[in-house]
Amino acid sequence: MVIVRRQFITVGETVMTKGETMRYIRPLSIEDAVGLLAGSSGTAAILAGGSDLLVRMKGGFVEPDLIVDIKAIEGLSEIRQTPDGFSIGAAVPCAVLGENAALKKAWPGVVEAAKLIGSKQVQGRCTITGNLCNASPAADSVPALVAAGAKAVIAGPSGKRTIPVEAVPIGPGKTSLAKGEIIEAILLDNQAPRSGDAYLRFIPRTEMDIAVVSAGVNLTLDEHGVITAARVALGAVAVTVLLVEEAAEALIGRKLDEAALERLAKICSGACRPIDDKRGTIEFRRKVAGVLATRAATTANARAGGK
Amino acid sequence: MAGIAVSTTINGDAFEYLCQPDETLLDVLRDRLGLTGAKEGCGTGDCGACSIILDDRLVCSCLVLGAEAEGRQVETVEGMAHGDQLHPLQQKFLEHAALQCGICTPGFLIAAKDLLAKNPDPTEEEIRFGLAGNLCRCTGYDKIVRAVQDAANVMKGA
Repeated sequence: MVIVRRQFITVGETVMTKGETMRYIRPLSIEDAVGLLAGSSGTAAILAGGSDLLVRMKGGFVEPDLIVDIKAIEGLSEIRQTPDGFSIGAAVPCAVLGENAALKKAWPGVVEAAKLIGSKQVQGRCTITGNLCNASPAADSVPALVAAGAKAVIAGPSGKRTIPVEAVPIGPGKTSLAKGEIIEAILLDNQAPRSGDAYLRFIPRTEMDIAVVSAGVNLTLDEHGVITAARVALGAVAVTVLLVEEAAEALIGRKLDEAALERLAKICSGACRPIDDKRGTIEFRRKVAGVLATRAATTANARAGGK
Repeated sequence: MAGIAVSTTINGDAFEYLCQPDETLLDVLRDRLGLTGAKEGCGTGDCGACSIILDDRLVCSCLVLGAEAEGRQVETVEGMAHGDQLHPLQQKFLEHAALQCGICTPGFLIAAKDLLAKNPDPTEEEIRFGLAGNLCRCTGYDKIVRAVQDAANVMKGA
């Protein structure tokens, strides 16, 4: 008997109401996924958790000709611990991040941010890669990932490349990914000794809302509590999540004392380029960005062992 | 009509169906398989009325495609009672009058079942956070929380 390994588990092809053809395909390899996306002539959508895609389909904002479900691709549903750190597969739901003790210990800020996305029902589906690729300026996990120096591993028609996560979103709903490219994993390095990260957001209720302003901070200290490395990221105050390098520079070489916090707040407020809408005014967002940055920095400093 | 052939397990029974690429698992359950326990409230993952358990994860079935259920385990509210014997959560929802119109109830029951499976002795706060993905617009939440607490006590003693 000859057993032919099927290239794809499922190929669905149906004539839609408008006379267009929609296909749902669940490839088994990243190469097949890339080939499908690269070879598609119409609108192609990648499906991992679906918590953004299905809502957009339901609302009529997108009608994909091709849906590529990446959950059957080997390795994409796993968190792997490597000598360098963690590789979080693109299809790993956020709930699984919260259940990974090693990841929580190394990157509590990233995990807390990921756990803030949606309800328990949404947590069972949503992914940090999806959160990144949905490219909302208010995405909760993104400032934490940017602060953590996370990288995205991208597979595409011309091979693989790795870029900082902040290079993925380029505007609301837009990413720098080319046709046929797909993020297969998010990489987090091992946290350096005496380091800590934290993420905070402001929402007008206790949970399940979209950030009005958010801040992620990652700090590394020397034996005396002096900051030797810092990354500060702000969410929901510009068209993309902002990496505020000036804020990091202001922290490096000093302890996180009152003066440092004040300076941090001032720089973060100044770095904001927010919109004015029903959820927050420009003035409010600027002020709160500074407050959240100082509070996140205080937590990150404490987690790093500083006082 | 052409469609995607799916084989899955629902409440322990094998099911096979054909569905369209953009058809949600909620629509498959309700319209193709006659399992109308899961309800469509918002259809966008906000209200939790369509909650089901998919491979041990609580999810909104309106945010899952029918095609995605291939080879997986689905639990719906229809699987909670054993014949005439109600699940302790169902019994306590009745005793505490933890429902009025009932549209949200199947989602609350499944979400509470998932909560107690992972945390058999939750605090009130843990119950409120655990059920925050389920909206009720008539009973309010106090009776629901009390019913879940009471059911947890019964289930611990069982």
